Amino acid sequence: MEIDPFVFRLSIFILSIFVGYYVVWSVTPSLHTPLMSVTNAISSVIIVGAIISALAGNDNNVFNESSVFGFLAIILAAVNIFGGFLVTQRMLAMYKKKKK
Amino acid sequence: MISTNLLALFYLISGVLFILALRGLSSPETSRQGNFFGILGMLIAVVVTFLSIGNFSTSFVYVIAFLLIGGSIGAMIAFKIPMTAMPELVAGFHSLVGLAAVFVAISAFLNPEAFNLGKSGNIKLASLIEMSIGAAVGAITFSGSIIAFLKLRGIMSGAPITFPGQHILNLIILISIIGLTYFLCATQSSNLFWTLILISFLVGVLLIIPIGGADMPVVISMLNSYSGWAAAGIGFTLENTALIITGALVGSSGAILSYIMCKGMNRSFFSVILGGFGGTDQVSKSDNKEQKPVKSGNSDDAAFLMKNASSVIIVPGYGMAVAQAQHALREMVDTLKKNGIKVSYAIHPVAGRMPGHMNVLLAEANVPYDEVFELEEINNDFANCDVAYVIGANDVTNPVAKTDPQSPIYGMPILDVEKAKSVLFVKRSLSPGYAGVDNDLFYRENTLMLFADAKKMTEDIIKSF
Repeated sequence: MEIDPFVFRLSIFILSIFVGYYVVWSVTPSLHTPLMSVTNAISSVIIVGAIISALAGNDNNVFNESSVFGFLAIILAAVNIFGGFLVTQRMLAMYKKKKK
Repeated sequence: MISTNLLALFYLISGVLFILALRGLSSPETSRQGNFFGILGMLIAVVVTFLSIGNFSTSFVYVIAFLLIGGSIGAMIAFKIPMTAMPELVAGFHSLVGLAAVFVAISAFLNPEAFNLGKSGNIKLASLIEMSIGAAVGAITFSGSIIAFLKLRGIMSGAPITFPGQHILNLIILISIIGLTYFLCATQSSNLFWTLILISFLVGVLLIIPIGGADMPVVISMLNSYSGWAAAGIGFTLENTALIITGALVGSSGAILSYIMCKGMNRSFFSVILGGFGGTDQVSKSDNKEQKPVKSGNSDDAAFLMKNASSVIIVPGYGMAVAQAQHALREMVDTLKKNGIKVSYAIHPVAGRMPGHMNVLLAEANVPYDEVFELEEINNDFANCDVAYVIGANDVTNPVAKTDPQSPIYGMPILDVEKAKSVLFVKRSLSPGYAGVDNDLFYRENTLMLFADAKKMTEDIIKSF
């Protein structure tokens, strides 16, 4: 019998929690603010779901009742992606070592 | 245009790149590269999604347009936002992730065919459960983050809002969410789906209003975690590995940060969630202490003390952020260093309104990160230092946390500022900090209070040198 795809995804999920656990503990406390802004940006990968639903409309009717929500989600997620990565970049650029 | 299997592999690559993005943050040197990995991962995920659908008609043009609109708003915010406003910004961004999750869930509910989840009115059971979880957690994240944003921005008072029966109400609502999900699965009724989302919005509000300003670092981390779980829930619905991996990463990241923040305050996670901390009831305790003598000085005294010191430790707190004193502070430190005085910075885990808040502000003011130390790294050095300059921090330096079991902050790890030969404490007045506890440090022999705005005092000290 084949494994249910759900079980497969659940395995990925659980393993990722463990990866996240160890990776985040190794983040230096001085970078906790950039950590929050970058996790913000990457969780906006939810935009792929928004794109799928936005493109599900047809050419005669680009904005139907379900694709409208997709388009709205695209805007929100795009604000987050650009804003999140850029503000992280801006912060990280400020961390400098002592000049010798 | 590209096969489902190939698509899944690309999403996996995105997921791995996101892991590397977080991994990069283990040191400032590798962090910029890490951020680049994150951007690359996002780019791959978006591009392959377009390729997999292969619909490059009118809808596609609109998608690109909306993406650019959102993107330019985001970019504008990212460039304009002052570093002191980072906590609000992050709270605001969390709310967007939450709302995006809700919208995607709604869209999947209305048009399940687009996502291969069955037909409208007959959605696959597992997908419907995942969708409900994603939508509910997303809605809680959204409204909770809005409240956190309003509190941080000062539009709403930071004082906890509590009312009788609050916890019971929350409990009833949580149970009703589970019940609603059950009936939703049984009937596929869209009205139940809308009700579920509305109630979840309410939960988010009710969850955050009782939490006081000083607990904001925990709240922000917690909402960070929620936004991750919401993304993961949607990831299961859409059967998308990138989203599942990311959701799990962000979820555990936020959870760890909440844990670190709770530990920094010696509070259990549940006591933070149940809220009410920092209310007025504790303030009255300090009344009988107001009579004790306090030594206060001016900028000349402070400058004299520091100039004759051989080592100085700076202890910044939220007050530094409010007064925007970080640049003046760095100037002061430059002068001290020119005189051969050793200067370092000590950061408490919960200093400021979000994890790592002080570090960013100091970095903004060009303070090298290898002069900035965490509590455990530097706490033993206070005993050997001549002057501790406390600027805008209060509760995190209060020796009461070690001595008085009755105190609400008892057991909280604190910076051992009182062990320094002299303590300079910049503060506007003798008022207690957010925990509502009087600070014993004010009345110590070796403490000199500098009553002034943090920035102004620091500037005056520079002039007095």
